[in-house]
Amino acid sequence: MGTPDPSGTIPTNQPSVQKSDDAAGFYTLGAPLIDEKAPTGPINTRWQRRKFENRLVNPANRRKLDIIIVGTGLAGGAAAATLGEAGYNVKSFCYQDSPRRAHSIAAQGGINAAKNYKEDGDSVERLFYDTVKGGDYRSRESNVYRLAEVSANIIDQCVAQGVPFAREYGGLLDNRSFGGVQVSRTFYARGQTGQQLLIGAYQAMERQVAAGTVTQYTRHEMLEVIVADGRARGIVTRDMVTGAVETHLADVVVIASGGYGNVFFLSTNAMGSNVTAAWRAHRKGAYMANPCYTQIHPTCIPVTGDHQSKLTLMSESLRNDGRIWVPKNAEDCAKDPRDIPEEDRDYYLERIYPSFGNLVPRDIASRQAKNMCDEGRGVGPAVKEIQPDGTEQMVRRGVYLDFADAIARMGQKAVETKYGNLFDMYARITGENPYETPMRIYPAVHYVMGGLWVDYHLQTNITGLFCSGEANFSDHGANRLGASALMQGLADGYFVLPNTIREYLADGPFEKIDESHPAVVEAKAEVEERIAKFLSIQGERSADSFHKQLGQIMWEYCGMERTEEGLKTAIGLIRDLKKEFWTNLKVLGTADSLNQSLEKAGRTIDFIELGELMCIDALNRRESCGGHFRGESQTEDGEALRHDDEFAYVAAWEFGGEDANPILHKEDLIYTAIEMKQRSYK
Amino acid sequence: MNLTLNIWRQANATAAGAMHRYELAGVSEDMSFLEMLDVLNEQLNANGEEPVAFDSDCREGICGMCGLMINGQAHGPEVTTTCQLHMRSFKDGDEITVEPWRADPFPVVKDLVVDRSAFDRMIQNGGFISANTGSAPDAHAAPVEKKLADLAFDVATCIGCGACVAACPNGSASLFLGAKITHLGSLPQGQPERDTRVVSMVGQHDAEGFGGCTNIGECAAACPKEIPLDVISRLNKDLRTAMAKGY
Amino acid sequence: MTPVATLVTGSKSTRSTIALKMLMAVSGLIFIGFLLAHMYGNLKVFAGHDAFNTYAEHLRTIGEPMLPHAGLLWIIRVGLIAALVVHVASAIALTRRAHSARSTKYVVKKNKGSSLSSRTMRWGGLALFLFIIWHLLNFTIGKINPTGGATHDPYNLLVDTFDPSVWYISVIYLLALVALGFHLHHGVWSACQTLGFTNAASSRARAKDAGLVVAIVIAGGFALIPLSVLFGIVTK
Repeated sequence: MGTPDPSGTIPTNQPSVQKSDDAAGFYTLGAPLIDEKAPTGPINTRWQRRKFENRLVNPANRRKLDIIIVGTGLAGGAAAATLGEAGYNVKSFCYQDSPRRAHSIAAQGGINAAKNYKEDGDSVERLFYDTVKGGDYRSRESNVYRLAEVSANIIDQCVAQGVPFAREYGGLLDNRSFGGVQVSRTFYARGQTGQQLLIGAYQAMERQVAAGTVTQYTRHEMLEVIVADGRARGIVTRDMVTGAVETHLADVVVIASGGYGNVFFLSTNAMGSNVTAAWRAHRKGAYMANPCYTQIHPTCIPVTGDHQSKLTLMSESLRNDGRIWVPKNAEDCAKDPRDIPEEDRDYYLERIYPSFGNLVPRDIASRQAKNMCDEGRGVGPAVKEIQPDGTEQMVRRGVYLDFADAIARMGQKAVETKYGNLFDMYARITGENPYETPMRIYPAVHYVMGGLWVDYHLQTNITGLFCSGEANFSDHGANRLGASALMQGLADGYFVLPNTIREYLADGPFEKIDESHPAVVEAKAEVEERIAKFLSIQGERSADSFHKQLGQIMWEYCGMERTEEGLKTAIGLIRDLKKEFWTNLKVLGTADSLNQSLEKAGRTIDFIELGELMCIDALNRRESCGGHFRGESQTEDGEALRHDDEFAYVAAWEFGGEDANPILHKEDLIYTAIEMKQRSYK
Repeated sequence: MNLTLNIWRQANATAAGAMHRYELAGVSEDMSFLEMLDVLNEQLNANGEEPVAFDSDCREGICGMCGLMINGQAHGPEVTTTCQLHMRSFKDGDEITVEPWRADPFPVVKDLVVDRSAFDRMIQNGGFISANTGSAPDAHAAPVEKKLADLAFDVATCIGCGACVAACPNGSASLFLGAKITHLGSLPQGQPERDTRVVSMVGQHDAEGFGGCTNIGECAAACPKEIPLDVISRLNKDLRTAMAKGY
Repeated sequence: MTPVATLVTGSKSTRSTIALKMLMAVSGLIFIGFLLAHMYGNLKVFAGHDAFNTYAEHLRTIGEPMLPHAGLLWIIRVGLIAALVVHVASAIALTRRAHSARSTKYVVKKNKGSSLSSRTMRWGGLALFLFIIWHLLNFTIGKINPTGGATHDPYNLLVDTFDPSVWYISVIYLLALVALGFHLHHGVWSACQTLGFTNAASSRARAKDAGLVVAIVIAGGFALIPLSVLFGIVTK
């Protein structure tokens, strides 16, 4: 171990050696994994050198090369636009009715970039450092450095496209500080940054549709990847309107299908967000990395009843001025909060973390809210929670986020200017006026750091299958900083993938395969069989009811706090659920028409299988890091405790076969430019 | 609360559709309108009737995928998207009529689902600023007057839901079109293509079969993002300018 | 849906629906100009029999001898007929477009953003068209005197037309003026919008106010005449 080394050759840490084995019996240990594309040398030259080393594709050859991109969010849409501009023949797929609907659109806060327009000491190095630290030292330093490096280009690109970022009176771009970071590096477009960036990427992509380089397939769901002769050569899709199962062949396939937060049923993800594209690839051999890393956002609007279909996030900026509290006494919980005197309120974050108070990191704020509610001091309507053992209990799931002090201090007008749109949103959803009564908040699943394992080139372990954006695991480690999701999606789409995919395509065009190739025939047949199976079970329960039950299991046992016992219980429950799914599913309608129940069935079973793997991954990782908190690994004060000696590795899981144990491949995380430190927010 | 729902059911694009009547009990006022339909669908599925197909995705009012005509109003009685409409806007015993967006350029796909790809094609036909990846100058190279930047943002909040078309008695998409023309036309980056953009986007709008605007204002009243009618005037002005230049 | 590339190319600004609307707006504005002049002349009835008839005759002699007798009048008439043709033809074209843009109607449809005047443009326009035919038959082409009296004296013809004994004629005129007021109320604002003059909330409000003022001034100004005759203020 040593201090960071500018030559990038001397490691600051040793490979970890795992001593615990909580998941024994649930997995098989496979060979260690090495990223063969990992660059070496001084960290600040790695990407530049790699871009130079990666071979070029002759412009005349590009139109002969077919690229399939699944997903049209920031990562997929930006890649489609850029690769289309370069002259490749791109086919873009999305399940929505238009590429513009992709869930990147819902991101509110902003996008980080190391522009240092504020001259407040920001730099590529600092963004790199913050991101690795924020991810609790569970990401690759080369990837993160590259991300920080290209971040500035993203802003230039978006401005050129007409993205209306917030500006100052002088006409220059405005920045704000976000998520407890000490520099102002976040660019934003009011509370709708994701929307504006996505529309920018969408328009760039539509321009290529008009130019003929991109063909867009909307209302198409990818249901299988075609791997022929060791290479990903295409996908099988279902046209969601006609039900036609189609095969699409290409030289390379990119999965940019977003995250799988909906494994919890309730999350801030869109209703249609799903894991199917990534999970089908996983079943075909692609490794799934760190699936247990889940980011839970503390400031969401609480659940109101069992009809709830999704959760709505409110910007974390609310914690800058709002104070979080619960009643000291459980018997006060049903009272009007305004009738609870000051001395009977417990401002628990200010009490436990005096120096950070209400601004503690997301995971701490989330976990403490859960603890308060578990103690019976939650507020708001009591909602029915079905325990996995079948018993029901009524629990109040909410804590107050109170602006009374802020209104007294700043005046209602100032609060309105700063947070008006969020207050309006809250009022619309809850029917309560947050200027008069404190808001109620509760954590919700927001983002997943895990995803398909990729190398430095964003290529999965299946040759020719790339993965970008939230769907891959690569850049955020165990936790993602605020305003970094948009940065990663666009970095991958505009700047990284186009520069790495050419190295792969320089060997193409690959030998043409046609519809009669055995791999194509087989993949298509598998999809058709599966669809027929869903329709033939004719049981009693809707896909949604299975999905909801899975969500309850995951939230209870693989949510904010995970324990060995709980995870083992969850694995058992999920396996039972899976069995019941295949015997008691009820899907009405036909395969040859728009059938939303059928779509849900396919997504739900993939979520069930993923849920099991997430629990196994969480069970194996007996440490607390970022978005993964193991009850067994905490300090005396209840703080997360990392075990770098055991777990400084990427857990890449190989599909072991139907009902067989998954195989764990470990990729060691070795740092040269940064030193691992334990965080403290006390 | 208990509700009576009249819902348009149509098996596919070519089948004839009809209104169907459903009784739904035990609706909570905390439900969103779409969650109420989820509950109906669970009930239908249990009774062996195929659930009602409707579009929705983000369910937080930003993706623009949902959109229903509720009691004759696009997105219902409040100024918001269907997914953000809550049942507290209704009362026990209400009868609610739910129809898909009606416009020939938005053909019904099934039940309450329509095909809005005409909007994509309008964007394809000029609704962008041509800026190849990597070719951009530094973001601070061209300052933008704050007033214009704010205007561009205000109109760029359009979510492409199609409520303007649904509410317009002429089936015109002028508000959608005007919002994009205004967004791109108010920024310095959007100037080089301003004339050709408006002509080609309007041409696509007309070719898709949308109606002409009669400036009556139903679109702006239905718009969940409250995009004002000004954008249609700006659209007209840009077209007039382009006309004067011979485009 | 499977992509169906149907992007149109070679669009021309002059071939667009907006161009059609602009024709409608400009022709409408021509009518407003005409109506103001027409109203000015008509209000001469308050100056008495001779003043009114002199004015009517002057309309025919204006521009002489450079122009033939009634030359300017015919130029104006031709202009107005052209404007009418343009106005009606674009209205028909836009109405047909609107109908084909929504061939399946809603079972329930409510209005929440539009004024009554804006929703009555088409039927109101049709009513005005029929009224104009009657009006021309009454005073210009046919010279019909509803009381059966003489028709050669413009002033007397006017007073006879609104005579209380044939009160229903006045009612027709007054109803037509209500229709005209409605048409102008929306038409003025709509023309400003179509021509691209209302690019902000303030100018939009001004254009709407202008519509109201023009509607009240023109419809009200014209209405003074039948009302004055009915109530005996203007007599032969």
